[in-house]
Amino acid sequence: MGSSIGKRRLARRAAAVFPAVLATGCTGPQSALDPAGREAETVAHLFWVMTIGGAVIWVAVLALAVYAGGLKRQPVSEAFAFRLIVWCGAAIPTVILAALLVYGLYLMPELRPWTREAAAEPGLKGHVTGEQFWWRVRYDLPEGAVESANEILVPVGRPVHLTLTSPDVIHSFWVPALAGKMDLIPGRTNRITFTATKPGVYRGVCAEFCGESHALMALTVRAVEPEEHARLIAAEARPAAVTAGAGLDLFIAKGCAACHTIRGTPAAGTVGPDLTHVGSRPTLAAATLPNDQAARERFLRHPDAVKPGIRMPAYDMLPPAEIETLARFLGDLT
Amino acid sequence: MFLHGARNETLWPLMGPPTVWALHFAAVYGWAAVACAKATPDDSMFLAARWGIGALTVVALAMIAYAGYRAWQIWGFGRFDPPHAAGTETDRRRFLGFATLLLAGLSAVSVIFVGLPALFIAECTW
Ligand code: HEC
Ligand SMILES: [Cu+2]
Repeated sequence: MGSSIGKRRLARRAAAVFPAVLATGCTGPQSALDPAGREAETVAHLFWVMTIGGAVIWVAVLALAVYAGGLKRQPVSEAFAFRLIVWCGAAIPTVILAALLVYGLYLMPELRPWTREAAAEPGLKGHVTGEQFWWRVRYDLPEGAVESANEILVPVGRPVHLTLTSPDVIHSFWVPALAGKMDLIPGRTNRITFTATKPGVYRGVCAEFCGESHALMALTVRAVEPEEHARLIAAEARPAAVTAGAGLDLFIAKGCAACHTIRGTPAAGTVGPDLTHVGSRPTLAAATLPNDQAARERFLRHPDAVKPGIRMPAYDMLPPAEIETLARFLGDLT
Repeated sequence: MFLHGARNETLWPLMGPPTVWALHFAAVYGWAAVACAKATPDDSMFLAARWGIGALTVVALAMIAYAGYRAWQIWGFGRFDPPHAAGTETDRRRFLGFATLLLAGLSAVSVIFVGLPALFIAECTW
């Protein structure tokens, strides 16, 4: 008795909570159902057409099964059975499949990088390389190329045209709120075009298993108004804010410069992410950690504990004071 | 392959429409892949592939239509109802005709679906 009341209450509570969970699960910075870009809107539209259409057909088939199995007790005539098979078994499915095929094909130039006008007249051109387990980002500006990592700044309302590749294994570039997926394949250059329609910070992920830390290979896309975008990109193009001092000396002495570039300093390594403006990024290590002093210290001490299989050595042998200095220096690189 | 024997029924005509479908499928996939692999900036290869796939689709549909018509004839233009299950030569021929006609319908729809992308996709990513 008591347990059944308990169960009922549980069921009622679940019924109240479930839609809320569903609803919050569908919004936010990483949801294809909360589109903030033209291509993502098309994907979301396709999703709803398929879901609702599928639900209607499912209900109709179930209703027919209930009718045939429970309500109507006598067999139908042979002529009726024949018409049922011809219409519901052949004609209608063929028409629905043909309509879906035409609709899907019609959407493709919208979704895929074939949209020529966007390719010809982009608001931003860039090149993204997926590497285990982070994103190398290059803005191709009229004034020249600017290197960055793990964050892409895009202008709202202007097509963004990215070329995609990888030096190691296949990755996939997916920012659900902005566009569909596109793979990054070694030895190939793929393209993706998308247009953000709402300012905001969106989260993207690697959508093709690429190793131990695949699930920790995310990125941030910040969509801002074009004037703001021009300002941010100009800031990104400048050399580092700090080009001397104890932090930089340690950075060079401890070998970080072999893998990392800080423009305006002798550090010119290209194995890892460009750190020229790492302090201005909202997150650290491909959107895995918040970008604060504690997280930076933890990351430097044990990068492999943060991201298994990471291609950066641990620096836990450095005295805490040096780790602190390095982490503070990185934070100052705005 | 499309010809039903005058007296002795044979299974070959049954395979006619699906065979056309299979050949069309292979040709379309092969042509599109080669055209995209050798794509030139002026897109002439791809344009040729689009028209070529269109032509192949028309030819395939014509062959299936012919096979379908012959099958319809063998079946008796719908004058006799299935299932044609008696162990007689007439019933065997009608059954084969009817089955071939249904396969022709399926093959025609498939050939259209396979050829349709050429109508929409205007460019390949190289
Ligand atoms: C052997 C090459 C190598 C060395 C040496 C190295 N790193 Fe790294 N570092 C990497 C790689 C690769 C990544 C990207 C890791 C990932 O996210 O998968 C990285 C990531 C980082 C990040 C995160 C960047 C971002 O965009 O969030 C910081 C900060 C960093 N390294 C600082 C340092 C410092 C400071 C040192 C020296 C104490 C150092 N690294 C030494 C290869 C190296
Ligand atoms: Cu990856």
